[in-house]
Amino acid sequence: MLAVLAAVAAYPLIRTFYFSFTDASIDLIDEAQWVGFRNYLEYVDYGEGEGEYFGLLVDERWWRAVWNTLRFTFLSVTFETAFGLVVALVLNTNFRGRALVRAAVLIPWAIPTIVSAKMWAWMMHDQFGILNDMLMRLHVIAEPVAWTASDQTAMLAVLIVDVWKTTPFMALLILAGLQMIPADIYEAAKLDGISPVRVFWRVTWPLVLPAVLVAVVFRALDALRVFDIIYVLTPNNDATRTMSIFARENLFDFDQFAYGSAASTLLFLIIAMLTISFIWATRMNVEREE
Amino acid sequence: MNSLRTLLMALAGSSMLALSAQAVELNIVHGAIGKDNEVLRKELDRFEEKTGHTVNIVSMPESTTDQFGQYKLWLAAQSSDIDVYRIDVIGAPQIAEHFVDLTEHTKDIIGDFVPAAVESQTVDGKLVALPMFLGAPALYYRKDLLEKYGEPVPTTWQDMTETAKRIMEAERAEGNEAMWGFVFQGAPYEGLTCNAQEWIASFGGGRIVETDGSIGINNEKAAEALDLAASWVGTIAPEGVLNYQEEDSRGVFQSGNAVFMRNWNYAYALAAGEDSPVKGKFAVTTLPVGAEGERSAATLGGWHLGVAKYSKHQEEAIELVRFLNNYENQKERAIETSRPPTLTAVYDDPDVAEKQEFIPLWKPVVDNALPRPSAATKRKYNEVSSEFWTAVHDTLSGDGTAEENLRKLEAKLKRLRGSAW
Repeated sequence: MLAVLAAVAAYPLIRTFYFSFTDASIDLIDEAQWVGFRNYLEYVDYGEGEGEYFGLLVDERWWRAVWNTLRFTFLSVTFETAFGLVVALVLNTNFRGRALVRAAVLIPWAIPTIVSAKMWAWMMHDQFGILNDMLMRLHVIAEPVAWTASDQTAMLAVLIVDVWKTTPFMALLILAGLQMIPADIYEAAKLDGISPVRVFWRVTWPLVLPAVLVAVVFRALDALRVFDIIYVLTPNNDATRTMSIFARENLFDFDQFAYGSAASTLLFLIIAMLTISFIWATRMNVEREE
Repeated sequence: MNSLRTLLMALAGSSMLALSAQAVELNIVHGAIGKDNEVLRKELDRFEEKTGHTVNIVSMPESTTDQFGQYKLWLAAQSSDIDVYRIDVIGAPQIAEHFVDLTEHTKDIIGDFVPAAVESQTVDGKLVALPMFLGAPALYYRKDLLEKYGEPVPTTWQDMTETAKRIMEAERAEGNEAMWGFVFQGAPYEGLTCNAQEWIASFGGGRIVETDGSIGINNEKAAEALDLAASWVGTIAPEGVLNYQEEDSRGVFQSGNAVFMRNWNYAYALAAGEDSPVKGKFAVTTLPVGAEGERSAATLGGWHLGVAKYSKHQEEAIELVRFLNNYENQKERAIETSRPPTLTAVYDDPDVAEKQEFIPLWKPVVDNALPRPSAATKRKYNEVSSEFWTAVHDTLSGDGTAEENLRKLEAKLKRLRGSAW
């Protein structure tokens, strides 16, 4: 087991670390030379007290990508958790055809991301898109909006698609948490005549919180390495370029394999740090004590 | 029964051997679009018959970028699996060290090829790939609308801007709400580099990086060209053009909602197709110029054949490359897949003119074709192009003026170049 793990996880990881300290280019990987921290930070001395810093740590585009990623993660996870909770609460009640509805809400999540992203790209098309058509008929907008084109709406477009796609996933995880709450608590609350709002805040919310937090961690991990949805909807756009997109661009499109490796390494470190601090902050019990 | 089959196999095998003393197996790789594979297979069958060698087609995804990534991985591994690569015009020069120098092997025929195509594949005097077919854009215009409003075909970008505006406004006044003046490829990607290079060059603003490697992009004429282009967005071109690639613009034009379109030759066959709403209503001309006296510029596209240095059958692979680029095969491709040939003579072939009326129309377009600076910037081309399209896209979307963005671009390119490309 350990050997398999080492082969599929540790080896590629270590190799990426290694390449980030070299000047490797993708088609001449064997000729890679060790260059130390140059890909991360390097001070080039021009002489006479003049000089300039280069490298990933001072790369404006990289930090823009980091900021985009964090913004995307925060916003998408917030909305998805809120909507997911609402959907889960609805699905947790008894009504006719519940099984069917439960299956139906999962559809957006079941469609491969690349397919749903392409589908939405057409729906958001400024000339032929159904979204503009609908909003214009409803008089919400006066003119077609170029959703994926303009810098102002690019992030919004990506968020709309991601929230649409991933809310079912959050709903599913939270629903599982809701179903763990014993029904007799609610019966007791009902007998005591406590208002539903109070029941939610005093009973449901504290009991479902652990499940919500697990869902948030799962989702945040996914969101931090978001790639496909953005690559399809708004490729090469400064307003939505994330860390993964930045890394891929340098690794494969540009002749900057080492720089891309350095970006991947930082991406790994940032995600690891955020995850650990989140788990610590919420005192989540990772190793379950029985 | 079994023994009979063995005997037959042995006989077949020995006759094959007799046919050609050293029949080898070759592999050619390319990303197939439309009828590419079908036509190539037909040509390979003829090659097999003629030489006794076997050729397999290794098919790839459609996206140039995806293909290029895979090619780099194969070449990095010095794989001998692939003998011949069909590679995008900007691809081979970036990874020139992995390909055989074809100069000596094509000395006798290279003079027949379109010079711009040969130039685009020459790196430091080394011919890395032999041009297979070209791609070049043109200005598509609505013949019927120009006639209706008595407008001549524009020759300068300013004329085009004014004509587009007039016709668009008149059509909209008549109730044709969805009408636009001009569509092009404005998404931040390689296509925008092609578009913007044309505007700038036709204004006399030079190339992104000159053939000698110098960076002269930060000049008044280039700024003037970009300012004009920026004025199109939201006026004669929809704002969505900032995320348009080829098919988006073709969609608008072909559904009858644009007066002008800048697009590659492939769109002609489709827009002239049986089910096209603009069939018979449009025509093509060379792209406009910036000012009287300047030359029209069309970015050179196309696909070319390179032989991998790691091929175990280089001689046969070179033979194949030469074969696929001979007159007969180029003519066939021109007719069947509407690909502009790389042999100058095919453009004047009467059969081609009859079957694909637009191929001769593309001759002046190809003659003016402007290569992208991939030969000059080599391995850094993709990054150069990315910096360029970012500067242009920023200008088009109103994020900084052309002058500011070009100044930044110049600084970035100089830093990227370092001491040499």
